[in-house]
Amino acid sequence: MKRYSVFSLFKHALSHHENWQRVWRNPKPKQVYDVVIVGGGGHGLATAYYLAKEHGITNVAVVEKGYLGGGNTARNTTIVRSNYLWDEAANLYEHAMKLWEGLSQDLNYNVMFSQRGVLNLGHNLQDMRDIERRVNANRLNGIDGNVLNAAQVKEICPLLDCSDNARYPVLGASWQPRAGVARHDAVAWGFARAADALGVDLIQQTEVTGIRRHEGAVCGVETNNGFIAAKKVACVASGNSSELARMVGLELPLESHPLQACVSEPIKPIIDTVVMSNAVHGYMSQSDKGDLVIGAGIDSYNGYGQRGSFQGIEHTLAAICELFPDVRRVRMNRAWGGIVDTTPDACPIISKTSVPGLYFNCGWGTGGFKATPGSGNVFAHTIAHDDPHPLAKAFTIDRFNSGFLIDEHGAAGVAH
Amino acid sequence: MLHIFCPHCQEYREEDEFHYRGQAHIVRPKDPEALTDEEWGSYLFFRKNPKGIHHELWYHTTGCRQFFNVTRDTVTYKIHESYKIGEQPAVKSEDDLA
Repeated sequence: MKRYSVFSLFKHALSHHENWQRVWRNPKPKQVYDVVIVGGGGHGLATAYYLAKEHGITNVAVVEKGYLGGGNTARNTTIVRSNYLWDEAANLYEHAMKLWEGLSQDLNYNVMFSQRGVLNLGHNLQDMRDIERRVNANRLNGIDGNVLNAAQVKEICPLLDCSDNARYPVLGASWQPRAGVARHDAVAWGFARAADALGVDLIQQTEVTGIRRHEGAVCGVETNNGFIAAKKVACVASGNSSELARMVGLELPLESHPLQACVSEPIKPIIDTVVMSNAVHGYMSQSDKGDLVIGAGIDSYNGYGQRGSFQGIEHTLAAICELFPDVRRVRMNRAWGGIVDTTPDACPIISKTSVPGLYFNCGWGTGGFKATPGSGNVFAHTIAHDDPHPLAKAFTIDRFNSGFLIDEHGAAGVAH
Repeated sequence: MLHIFCPHCQEYREEDEFHYRGQAHIVRPKDPEALTDEEWGSYLFFRKNPKGIHHELWYHTTGCRQFFNVTRDTVTYKIHESYKIGEQPAVKSEDDLA
């Protein structure tokens, strides 16, 4: 792989940028792999990258039914933060945050990670009590955070309606300055390119249709392009986890729901941070292109339709118009839905299973994007050692039987 | 927006009037104390989550305030039937047939 740098940019400018190397290969699947990763989204590609980089396992294939990063990686609202309440979750997301901070250099690919800060608004006294509790917990875990009053919120985000007679009065907010956004596609592409350079085969347009076992243990995957043998199979296929589990007769504590988002027409810069409000199910930031990126909540019912309900998006846009009266006349360009696998405790499952050689990384619910590098990092460790990474120990599937749930509904809420 | 037939009201109403309450036909264990952790965990947390036909519980929150069941396709969102609690579905899911 040729490294990207200002010099390579200059060199290729001389030949009108017509001679750039392909970003990754498009290989034919080998007969046997040490690890087959099912799902070529951000988490799957990150898992492959860290398997190769940190554990020296390079005989790895990422099998993707569509194209790389074309599922929920391309559908989220790109917010990255780590202000979770409980120690287990906070440590996991903070691990991801630290990886984010060096990711562009590590991958030699600009993931456009922008630490523009995230505000989580409080609209009533209970919101503010919860915010204080969460910020205190964050600081005890070494995660940056402040509790702001309404005047301080207004100073950071003048666009926000902080007046006394607002429909949703802003009493204050939690503020994580290190949080921000990253370019979601670039994250998938960066991990894909770096993993490919380390020898990982990225196999697109190949759908896993079955998981083959030999004497109980996993021995490979059936695909629409034939059988691929593997010593270990790792499933990282958000929105399809339950279907994959069903192939080996496993049941997961997941329910899949549509989650939707929309973007506006591009406008001049008006908001340079991320504003989230759990209470009104809405959050907004502005992309570098100028689109307002707006996220809504999940539909209450199970669904695999990759589209959201009208009343869901209406509810969110009504709230956004109240919070930011200036954007009322901005038109929305696109709205879409992604399928998120939610768990009963709003925390992910990163786990071995009762089938030897089969691993699952799923259940990130509405907020998996922010954890992409951390998720891949701890999952790669779990696969390589056949033993959970210390940060992933609390997130095994056993917790739904032992009762050690990590209730993050407050910090995960609806808003991501 | 889903158009849901309430078997109590005997009318089609808009989705806004209802609340989704998850998978239907979950039977509460007769003797919870006798269950193992695995069985209790399965009862509390593990759900079918099928891609296709799904039996689910709905609540007519702003209507008659009664519970009923719906058989719905989770891919097309088509509602096949509504039926009262205690009745059995006419349209079977893959799990029913397995």
